[in-house]
Amino acid sequence: MNMLGIVGYGAYIPKYRIKTAEIAKIWGKNPKEIEKGLLIKEKSVPGIDEDTITIAVEAGQNALARSGINPKDIGALFIGSESHPYAVKPSGTVVAEALNINRELRLADMEFACKAGTAAMQIILSMVKAGDIKYGMAIGADTSQGRPGDALEYSAAAGGAAFIIGKDPAAIIEDTYSFTTDTPDFWRREGENYPKHGARFTGEPSYFRHIIQATKGLLNKVGRNIEEYDYVVFHQPNGKFPVKAMKYFKVPKEKYLPGLVVDRIGNCYSGSSPIGLTAVLDIANEGDKILLTSYGSGAGSDSFSIIVTKRLKEIRDKAKKTEYYIERKQYISYGVYTKFRKKLKI
Amino acid sequence: MKKVAVIGVGETKFGEHWYKSFRDLAVEAGIKSMEDANLERKDIGALFVGNMSAGKFIGQEHVASLVADHLGFSGIPCIRTESACASGSLAFRQALLSLQSGAYDAVMVEGVEKMTDIIGSQASLALMGAGDQEWEASVGLTFPGLYALIARRHMHEYGTTPEQLAMFSVNNHKNAVKNPDAQFRFEISVEDVLNSPLIADPLHLLDCSPITDGAASVLLATEDFIKKKKIKNPIWVLGSGQSSDTVALQDRKSLTSMFVTIDAAKKAYKQSGLKPKDIKIAEVHDCFSINGLVAIEDLGFCKKGEGGKFIEDGNISLGSTVSINTSGGLKAKGHPVGATGISQIIEIVKQLRGECEKRQVDAKYGLTHNIGGSGASCLVHIFGKEK
Amino acid sequence: MIKMVHRSSIPLHWRLYEPKYKLIGNKCLKCGESFFPPRNICPNCGRKGALKKIVFSGRGTIYSYTVIRTPLDGFEQQAPYVIGVIKLKEGPKIVGQIVDTEIRDITIGKEVKSVFRKIYDDSPSGLIHYGLKWVVIE
Repeated sequence: MNMLGIVGYGAYIPKYRIKTAEIAKIWGKNPKEIEKGLLIKEKSVPGIDEDTITIAVEAGQNALARSGINPKDIGALFIGSESHPYAVKPSGTVVAEALNINRELRLADMEFACKAGTAAMQIILSMVKAGDIKYGMAIGADTSQGRPGDALEYSAAAGGAAFIIGKDPAAIIEDTYSFTTDTPDFWRREGENYPKHGARFTGEPSYFRHIIQATKGLLNKVGRNIEEYDYVVFHQPNGKFPVKAMKYFKVPKEKYLPGLVVDRIGNCYSGSSPIGLTAVLDIANEGDKILLTSYGSGAGSDSFSIIVTKRLKEIRDKAKKTEYYIERKQYISYGVYTKFRKKLKI
Repeated sequence: MKKVAVIGVGETKFGEHWYKSFRDLAVEAGIKSMEDANLERKDIGALFVGNMSAGKFIGQEHVASLVADHLGFSGIPCIRTESACASGSLAFRQALLSLQSGAYDAVMVEGVEKMTDIIGSQASLALMGAGDQEWEASVGLTFPGLYALIARRHMHEYGTTPEQLAMFSVNNHKNAVKNPDAQFRFEISVEDVLNSPLIADPLHLLDCSPITDGAASVLLATEDFIKKKKIKNPIWVLGSGQSSDTVALQDRKSLTSMFVTIDAAKKAYKQSGLKPKDIKIAEVHDCFSINGLVAIEDLGFCKKGEGGKFIEDGNISLGSTVSINTSGGLKAKGHPVGATGISQIIEIVKQLRGECEKRQVDAKYGLTHNIGGSGASCLVHIFGKEK
Repeated sequence: MIKMVHRSSIPLHWRLYEPKYKLIGNKCLKCGESFFPPRNICPNCGRKGALKKIVFSGRGTIYSYTVIRTPLDGFEQQAPYVIGVIKLKEGPKIVGQIVDTEIRDITIGKEVKSVFRKIYDDSPSGLIHYGLKWVVIE
């Protein structure tokens, strides 16, 4: 087992929230039915001056604060998102400049729907393992847009998490496994404002197939049973899918609830399972094992086996916890929401 | 200092001049001042033009030559001076220095600004050119915002109230009713000011000077010229002071006091041998009511922090302790930026000549105070009937 | 439409990343005064001064503030917005937007810290300007 893993971590979620009921009322739907169907009460909304870059910066600052390392020791930065502010010009360079990371930096932006953040983690892990870099930072962040009136409008939210990977970690990444196929369940063409999706096709052949295959593959690779894990975090597009997947693996509630945040902040896309992971890291104890499986439409899943070290307790109070960001909120109306999300044609 | 006097004045009405262009306004004011002094083209040695931003407002640079050209003065040495809203009095001071140096015997000084050929929001953006581009304009700060930051701090440090600020505007409007060239010739009340929309808390719409078109011209001459030409009723420049400070408000030592005013006034008072209590009429730079209040304090008419009370107790109204802005000030007379400095001088000259009719005040000396930006430059001039 | 150079110029904005993203200013080793934004020459000591780069902590207090209700051209989407004069812990003052705070909770003297946000993003095709804003520390 290599002693490489998460040296610092941090999350950021914007403070604005819009209730599922508020959106439902605009489209003439029964709010209780929608809430029951999606198990999402409210979602986060980025302020008018926030975007994937600003979210990544604050998450990165939190990760740096916890890691205690000099930002100049970071040799690579990968940001995964499906809402990079520029189609061409990396978010990473702006974030690297803002975080005062040095110029000898390997960098490129990444995209794989909701799993771009975990893909970034895998790449950074490999670079550290190979000895090419001392530390690397992987960020998954999004300010995803939902088509007005569509089911995804209730869940498309904003948030991000950053992980610094290196040696002497607070949480060892024991191993990682990916399962990838061409499964067109959800996509957005260049130039389009909103994505399209395959409705019920996004379930069994997409989310469930990949989460299950990747998780099984990871367990097989590390030679463990799922019962050995103290916490399990899956990608959370809504409140129902991850719970159903947990049921499949017979994971009890107390092991998955701490990492299930979608009901209170919505689906942060590339930030979704990463934020679930930071929520668990905020409370896990030395020796705890965490299983994380992300899912990105298109499709693929990255699964990780993580083991907490005694360092976690030493570092986690050095930055704001995930729960702080979840609970810090201000409700807005649908009108303000459309203004913030620039849905109004001007 | 070598004695120089204002021998001719002329200005356009101030307001929104849809039918008059920059050139039309400049020529109108220039002709008026020439007629007032009864001089001819050959008498004028140079032209000084104060203009803040013709480039942004009408896309026109090279305005000194343009004004000379349209006045029929081509061939004349001309210069455009810029110091944001103090461009007019800066032109005046440069003219003064040129006469004192012996370079010329008589010169024309014109202040011109044509602000309404672009829409209001664009004009506000152009005016922000007087602020710091890298640190103030870039974060969305506006001019009312800059002065609102000053007002809030003044309220915090001295307990100044919105009502006291409003009274400054009320005084301006009361005087403007008696000024046929003013933009707004109607009275307002303190309630009117406080009920007007907030522009940048705590400043209301009626705390703010307007967007205005206008031009103002004065003729300046040396003592010898005046004697030779037998000019009647010259009004003498007794003191001239100029100062500068940081452009960005954040870099000032104090938000509640303008160093530039204190310093320029000190120089002007010293030169004239006068003290604040000798001044009975003053045109101060009230781009916003708070600036008028701060000016009264910094010019020494009252103690620092007591401006609000000074106004409240009626010490600035027509004929009182010191009659402030008998013209209506920037608020009610209007504020065509580059022309304001000259217009202030014209009001003091007319007062000292006894030509102000219904708003006439009996005074021996008068003072003008012109500020650039949020306090990055200032010119103070003191005038008198006697040398 | 007048073109504000500052909005459209690339090099003008790019040169300012150090102070605007990272609060890097300078300090005169001779007189001890620190400057933000950084100065080219110490205004106190002139050529006899010695300026050294320093990083400000991002902490300060509210020195003054206003609520801009008539926004500057290009900032309409953000209006009304709060602009404060922030007195940095190290001494200099800086203006910036105060965000994520109710207007009624903003008073002179409250402690603030810097956050990285979009400053200006008016055109869908133009460059996005980032920089620092301020939030009240609870």
